[in-house]
Amino acid sequence: MSDSEHSSDPLADLPAPIERRQSRFVPSLIWLVPLAAAIAGATLVLTKWRSIGDRIEITFQSAEGLEAGKTQVRYKEVVIGRVIGVGLSEDNARVIAHVELDRRAHGFTASDARYWVVRPRIGLAGVTGLGTLLSGAYIGADAGADKQTQKQFTGLELPPAVLRGSKGRMFSLHSDDLGSLDVGSPVYYRRVQVGRVTGFKLDDDGKGVHLQLFVDAPYDRYVTDATHFWNASGIDLALTASGMKLNTESLATVLAGGVAFQNVDTLNGAGEEAKESASFELFRDRGDALRPPDGPSIVVRMRFNETLRGLTVGSSVDFRGVSVGTITAIDLDYDEKTQTFPANVTAKIYPDRLGSINAHFGTTGDINRDARAVFQVLIDHGFRAQVRLGSLLTQQLYVALAPVPHPATSHFDAQSQPLEIPTAPGSLEEIQQQVSDILAKFDKIPFEQIGTELKDTLHSTNALIRRLDTELAPEAKAMLASAQQAMESASRTLASDSPVEHGLTGTLEELRRAAQSLRGLADYLQRHPDALLRGKGRDQSPPSGDH
Amino acid sequence: MTVRAIELDLAVCAVCGQMSREVHDHERHACPRCGSALHLRKPNSIERTWALLVASVLLYIPANLLPVMQTQTLLSRAEPHTILGGVVELWNDGSWYLAAIVFIASVVVPILKISILALLALGVQRRWTSRLYQRAVLYRVVEAVGHWSMLDVYVIAILVALVHFGGLAEVLPGPGIAAFAAVVVMTMLASASFDPRLIFDAGDWP
Repeated sequence: MSDSEHSSDPLADLPAPIERRQSRFVPSLIWLVPLAAAIAGATLVLTKWRSIGDRIEITFQSAEGLEAGKTQVRYKEVVIGRVIGVGLSEDNARVIAHVELDRRAHGFTASDARYWVVRPRIGLAGVTGLGTLLSGAYIGADAGADKQTQKQFTGLELPPAVLRGSKGRMFSLHSDDLGSLDVGSPVYYRRVQVGRVTGFKLDDDGKGVHLQLFVDAPYDRYVTDATHFWNASGIDLALTASGMKLNTESLATVLAGGVAFQNVDTLNGAGEEAKESASFELFRDRGDALRPPDGPSIVVRMRFNETLRGLTVGSSVDFRGVSVGTITAIDLDYDEKTQTFPANVTAKIYPDRLGSINAHFGTTGDINRDARAVFQVLIDHGFRAQVRLGSLLTQQLYVALAPVPHPATSHFDAQSQPLEIPTAPGSLEEIQQQVSDILAKFDKIPFEQIGTELKDTLHSTNALIRRLDTELAPEAKAMLASAQQAMESASRTLASDSPVEHGLTGTLEELRRAAQSLRGLADYLQRHPDALLRGKGRDQSPPSGDH
Repeated sequence: MTVRAIELDLAVCAVCGQMSREVHDHERHACPRCGSALHLRKPNSIERTWALLVASVLLYIPANLLPVMQTQTLLSRAEPHTILGGVVELWNDGSWYLAAIVFIASVVVPILKISILALLALGVQRRWTSRLYQRAVLYRVVEAVGHWSMLDVYVIAILVALVHFGGLAEVLPGPGIAAFAAVVVMTMLASASFDPRLIFDAGDWP
């Protein structure tokens, strides 16, 4: 590079760049970037889009706790969707929750899928949905099985008691009333909870209630043809002729109600397993449920001429302590002939409960006619219907068919309709009779006379005592004084320093000495009997002794 | 008409500023002083810009559709938030300033960058000769706001790292934030690959 070049062209001084090998540049390579971006973006969006499933609308009574974008839809605590909007129905009557379901969630658009709002619920049977206190309410879902799908659903106001797919069987019960049962009430078998009530509805004619209940597997196999269900609700406190009876199933049922069942032993054994949605009768209580079936009944009428306070509809008719029937009606009547007010008591008698008696006297095989024959025999044997006191505590009465000692002959028509059973005054009547007899006897006692005589006796006793007081007492006093004098002189005489005492002591001393000499003489004579003849020897020692 | 370096085959090294002569676009050169690649103009500038712009537009769709963040607290289960959803939520809650900031940083800025770059690239391709100065200003704007466009990503990264209290509260990144970060990166690359000198190549600057 020369100066001239430099001056003429300053650019000529600039260095030339280093030549590099021409690389095979593929200009389109940069387009891989948007391609990759497109693939990545598409993947992300597709994943998201794929997870979005159907959109459905669920109507509820209230949107309490439902929040757009937050409230979830859960099935078995798995999130399967989300509420994306909450609105009102056109008539403002209900709330519509727009729900976007996950694509993975199958069967939730089936027309029998169910939705309900899970909120914390505190019932007598327990607390549910406690988790929602913190997390807020959510929509519970139960998948359906129907092939038909729909987009609009009506939400349940209460959680269903049984989710679809739960193992077990549904049964149907019929009852006169609901008692204290409710949806979710427990079902017990031998006090083990095995299921729950899932629903109830009134009969179309309004004369009863149909209950749906679900028994979980494996307990559902205990429900057989021979199963009897009863209402185990609350406390069953029965005040009957047999006393007070308290029946409860468990503390929970006492408060919340429940249904219990048990198999009744029949001639056919335990029976076949009941079919799905088999129908049963719901008995009022355990006693009703487990009592052997009553069979046909005959209506009898009894006419009592006494007070029936304590005898109620439902009281039992006893035969030898066995309840063979129940009172169904008590009506008052007027008997013109005797001008009394007897009571007509109507009762249902279950001849089956008479057991083998039927076989002995009944011959036709027809229950009704056999029963009449049995009654004919009974009445011929002096059996009468009698009102008796069942329990002193409760004052409840019952009707007993019992032999009476001297039955009044009464007309009995075995063919009358209803069967008229002759009656006899009951034990209560008898007791009253006896009491009045006793009172009559009491009446005969001459209490007044006895009283007067008793009074006279008391008077004379009084006079006697007064005489004793006035006449005897001074004498006695004088006598006591002289006695005291005698005693005093005696004690003086006997005192230790008295002359008598002194003389007596000397006399006694003399006497003792005399006895001593006498004993010495006797001894000497024993040893020397010859002394009697010869006299006392000289050298003989005197007899022993101090004196 | 002022003489241009490109007409004299002169090029300045982008790294050390050394000017070299005899530089031709169809050959590969390196700076004699520092060895960096030397071009009269950035090679394939417009094509690259377009490609990166397309990529960023494509990524901008999932960035807005997918949740960028999931907050999970004891009281509420996982709640995904999208960018626009978050803006709407903030706005409804009354935090208008915050909503505006988030909206500008995450929606306005990327869209602005992409559209300005598209406009510039289009202008170069169409050899627009008018408003050279204004277009240069736009380019400077793009360069300036580019620094701030990663704001969302930083915020979420910090939240994810900090808010991590076991079951009490948790913030989890969503797939949207990755797409959003990619969008920002793509626009930055696009603006870097755009050679502003091309704006003036077509024009007859005095």
